[in-house]
Amino acid sequence: MAFATALRCRECGRLYNLDPIHFCEFCFGPLEVAYDYEAMAKAVSRESIARGPNSLWRYKDFLPVLGDDVVDFSQGFTPLVKAGRLGKALGLRNLYIKNDCVNPTYSFKDRVVAVAATRARELGFDTLACASTGNLAGATAAAAARAGMQANIFIPADLEQGKVLGAAIYGPHIYAIEGSYDQVNRLCSELADKYHWAFVNVNVRPYYAEGSKTMGYEVAEQLGWRAPDWAVAPLASGSMFTKIYKGYKELVQVGILDSVHTRMLATQALGCSPIVTAYNEGSFNVRPVKANTIAKSLAIGNPADGYYALKVIEESNGAGVAMTDAEIVEGMKLLAETEGIFAETAGGVTIAGLVRMAQAGTFQADETIVAYITGNGLKTVEAVVEAVNKPTIIQPTLESFEAAYAANAVGTAR
Amino acid sequence: MPKFRYMFTFGEDTIKEPVIYLVGKHFDVVTNIRRAQIEQDHAWAVLEIEGADDEIERALTYARGLGVQVNLMEGDVITG
Repeated sequence: MAFATALRCRECGRLYNLDPIHFCEFCFGPLEVAYDYEAMAKAVSRESIARGPNSLWRYKDFLPVLGDDVVDFSQGFTPLVKAGRLGKALGLRNLYIKNDCVNPTYSFKDRVVAVAATRARELGFDTLACASTGNLAGATAAAAARAGMQANIFIPADLEQGKVLGAAIYGPHIYAIEGSYDQVNRLCSELADKYHWAFVNVNVRPYYAEGSKTMGYEVAEQLGWRAPDWAVAPLASGSMFTKIYKGYKELVQVGILDSVHTRMLATQALGCSPIVTAYNEGSFNVRPVKANTIAKSLAIGNPADGYYALKVIEESNGAGVAMTDAEIVEGMKLLAETEGIFAETAGGVTIAGLVRMAQAGTFQADETIVAYITGNGLKTVEAVVEAVNKPTIIQPTLESFEAAYAANAVGTAR
Repeated sequence: MPKFRYMFTFGEDTIKEPVIYLVGKHFDVVTNIRRAQIEQDHAWAVLEIEGADDEIERALTYARGLGVQVNLMEGDVITG
């Protein structure tokens, strides 16, 4: 069953058909999918969800797709890991890691693109497009390959070739744009208006964004159908953060959960923290910044959903913190060394924010806390290459090994 | 001619300046205010701006030079 009924302007409330549009023609406010929650409540249950596939499509009734022909290559339904060792280090007895590193292209972007690609195909598009410096490019190119669609990927001309590889392997057309950041953004906006493409985070953004709700549903289901006391997540545009919270709340709206009291903790890199800066100032005016951080996947200086993320912090009695690059690297190392999960820099932001708030006494020791890890560390190895132990070089003899081993043991003992 | 959606944000130091008028006067662009909130010491306005790419770029650079915060309504389209 499909329960999406319309697109609704988040500013003036005007309704639109479920078309490939993303802003209100009257007030230019962003559009969001509206649902018939009364009908949805009659159709969905914990049991009906449990009968679904082991992917985000088990929550299809909550998503803005109308048919059954979904773009599915096992996106989502990623592990929720009890983080015993990290929790112990922080004095937290119920800490969990939502590990979205293990999606098909190794980031949470597979979720949003899955929904965008499915809806795009329903709307008659044969081409997906995006502008990206990494994760979104890979997710879009892979989904297009899986769906038998064309893909056009736009990147800044100065992007390192290594960053492009994760998308190029899927065979998209890649265009490297020369120009200022503002010019590149404007060109992409113009292309989305002019060409009959599904530009995943522009003209089909209302559908795309809904994919992040599944990170809320999954955590609630994996916790035994309850929402956590705290959710800690990294923010770029702010969209994912707002949709995780929306996911929790929708489960209450349809009667699957009794209540939600989750407090949302927003984490950003200090070198690109317009949302947390506004939070610290007690303002809802997000002033754009020029990004300068190792957390490239969070480097959105003009966040489209910044205002709405701030509203979520306020409504949930949450908080916001911004982390230095050094803290981000330490966060990546701490997660890897305690839980065996190698997160990208955005994950370092999450863990660093968690550490800082834990040390500040923000959490109760028994509270259930979920830290969202949104991408794999192999995507950002350059961030930690100088921060990890170098190999000990030895000769191919037992004596050489034992001498080195003894030296390492002495080092460890110290 | 392409059209774009921008938000202009004015602080206390720019609130008295007729920035939108000056943009239309000095550059070959059409501005159309679609939503706005104006207080004594600060304001924002959502504009549709129509014109050639180069001319829009010059107009926006000029507005920024006057101290106005100028943001594409879509936010950053390029993402990680």
